Amino acid sequence: IRANNNILRINNVTSVLNRNLAIETQPFDVYNLDDSPKTSAELSKEDALRYFEQMSFIRKMETAIGKMYTKKIIRGFCHLYSGEEAISVGLNAIMRPQDTVITSYRCHAWTYLMGDGLQPVIAELLGKKSGCSRGKGGSMHMYVKNFYGGNGIVGAHVPLGTGVALAHQYKKDDGICTTLFGDGASNQGQVFEAYNIAKLLSLPVIYGIENNNYAMGTSVVRSSAMKELYKKGNYVPGIRLDGMDVLAVREACRFAFDYIKSGKGPIILEFLTYRYGGHSMSDPGTSYRTREEVEEVRKNRDPLKLLKDKVIGSGLVTEDELKQIDEKAKKAVKEATDKSVADTEIAAEEVAYDIYSNYKGKVKMVQWSKYLDHKNVGFKPINL
Amino acid sequence: MHRCRIFQLTPLNMVNISIKSMPLLANINKVIARRTFATSKAAATKQMTVRDALNSAMDEEMERDERVFIIGEEVAQYDGAYKVTRGLWKKYGDKRVIDTPITEMGFTGIATGAAMAGLRPICEFMTFNFAMQAIDQIINSAGKTFYMSAGRVNVPIVFRGPNGAAAGVAAQHSQCYGAWYAHCPGLKVVSPYNSEDCKGLLKAAIRDPDPVVFLENEILYGVQYTMSDQALSKDFVLPIGKAKIERPGKHVTIIAHSKAVETSLEAAKELAGKGIEAEVINLRSLRPLDFDAIAKSVSKTNHLISVEQGWPTCGIGSEILARIMESETFFHLDQPAIRITGADVPMPYAKTLEAAALPTPKDVVEAAKKLLKVK
Repeated sequence: IRANNNILRINNVTSVLNRNLAIETQPFDVYNLDDSPKTSAELSKEDALRYFEQMSFIRKMETAIGKMYTKKIIRGFCHLYSGEEAISVGLNAIMRPQDTVITSYRCHAWTYLMGDGLQPVIAELLGKKSGCSRGKGGSMHMYVKNFYGGNGIVGAHVPLGTGVALAHQYKKDDGICTTLFGDGASNQGQVFEAYNIAKLLSLPVIYGIENNNYAMGTSVVRSSAMKELYKKGNYVPGIRLDGMDVLAVREACRFAFDYIKSGKGPIILEFLTYRYGGHSMSDPGTSYRTREEVEEVRKNRDPLKLLKDKVIGSGLVTEDELKQIDEKAKKAVKEATDKSVADTEIAAEEVAYDIYSNYKGKVKMVQWSKYLDHKNVGFKPINL
Repeated sequence: MHRCRIFQLTPLNMVNISIKSMPLLANINKVIARRTFATSKAAATKQMTVRDALNSAMDEEMERDERVFIIGEEVAQYDGAYKVTRGLWKKYGDKRVIDTPITEMGFTGIATGAAMAGLRPICEFMTFNFAMQAIDQIINSAGKTFYMSAGRVNVPIVFRGPNGAAAGVAAQHSQCYGAWYAHCPGLKVVSPYNSEDCKGLLKAAIRDPDPVVFLENEILYGVQYTMSDQALSKDFVLPIGKAKIERPGKHVTIIAHSKAVETSLEAAKELAGKGIEAEVINLRSLRPLDFDAIAKSVSKTNHLISVEQGWPTCGIGSEILARIMESETFFHLDQPAIRITGADVPMPYAKTLEAAALPTPKDVVEAAKKLLKVK
């Protein structure tokens, strides 16, 4: 069935004029709000292809990273985003150049979306010098312009993101900071401390809770006396939505941005999502949930599949076009991987460099009389 | 407490002192001729309390750079719990002097995030005891981010507030955190003594593009010190990481920071009366530690006493002594280097006990006499 200027109804999809698709999302659960995001999302072919491409790139990148980890060329902690792509792509679709994001250690997707593509991410995980932190940060500490990481301590980045929002307000630059964290982090005391100050000062911050139902091995049912995380802000309004539907995410974010722009202060978005992998590569992810459950989500709620079904079913996009994107993603990941594997690590002396942005002195090394001169060789600091 | 700090040197008594090389006589002229102030050499033009010095440092830096703002409990409408930020809210308003709820972890993280996004926050802790609630933000978020981002994200924040023992506030309100923060790469740690130190170093800390932990002392807030013309100027900045010789000497080097500098200077005064000329070094910064100044002094005096109010275990004194051991300076010592520290106990309340838990000038004098084998 091809999209044309006629009105067609397929399932709950309606085709409209201008070859844009109008798609109905699930209704949103709202708390402490008078209205709700629109359930009708408009999708152009261009956007459909872009969202599909971004989600494919992320999915393929994370899959390749998982494989490299099992081959032991990536070390330490490695938290994969496979299954949660729709949140990053949907939010990113709404962001303007002055907006900022901060998230936890499950940060590879954001580094790709807001940075220079796949290669700096993969190189960073391999510890190479073309990595986005020159190999000094690793999986959990990736930063690019307007993206404040990549943070290792659960919940600690929530006040940080609130502070970035304070800076937006102070500088009057019209920016909004989206602070993403998980269901596990949502119980942290400092999160409530952040909500409190954000509300008092009406800070332009969106608190995005990526609720994938499990904080490592502890389900929301076991960790949270109140499971409706979008209501836990109390005096901060909240919206709960299907985080696997990239259009629902986009519309909820659009609503949240409008809410913030009207000066009403912070808002919470609870994205119901799912991670296929374990908490990290050290967690098989099967001791606290069944394989059937994981398969069920893959089959019925996969974000790529959900988008694909909508756009193919309505004829907005052809199978072929999506297949091309798939190939493009595969190729891009391979290229980035090959390039990263071929790259080298920074020299060992750099262990003593870039500790401070303003320090001329020595750094004590392991041996009792060994000192190296501190130098600045990395990126130019953004806050001088 | 308004005391003028003027130290006058008396002529030396030639007692049985073991002196390495320089004959005393050659130096006596130099020594008596100099009327040494605790501060810089310029003629005294003004007395200023430590509190006012800190206040003027913040005022001047807020005027100079719009990105500088103050955040903390009671900093705005209360004029500061210890009145250090007095008048600043009235002058600069809500945007630049922000009162927070009693949520250290939250507001410290917020201040740190604001620094990452290009502002210059001064984050005040009512005392550093409460900063323990926020220590993850100070060390992991502020201290390490520059390194983890390979230089991309610097964190130009100042964490300041009273540190260490006050008077009668007991165990949970009396800890010295100098050693804790000085331990961590990525942070800079400053522990000033007098008004000139406080003004110059706080201005330097605010201008510094890296996170600085600025450890003040509540008891010294009300003490007046001489401020030179230079120190009163709006561009008076002292270098972080450089110690100051508060009182030159030749028989023993006494190293201290913050309140312990006062203790050491009083001890030096008493020692002078016994013919021992102590060189008192005011560390000013704990990280970077000015070891060169220490080494230079010890190679002259051949004796070292480190004085601090904090606990002995893994303290600043331990670090100084370890560095002496590992360096060429070790060979200049005539006697083992020693430490005088706070007692290794939680701070008690009762006055006599509290006094027994902190170093006094007498403790330093006794130690110096023992080291130099003077009766």
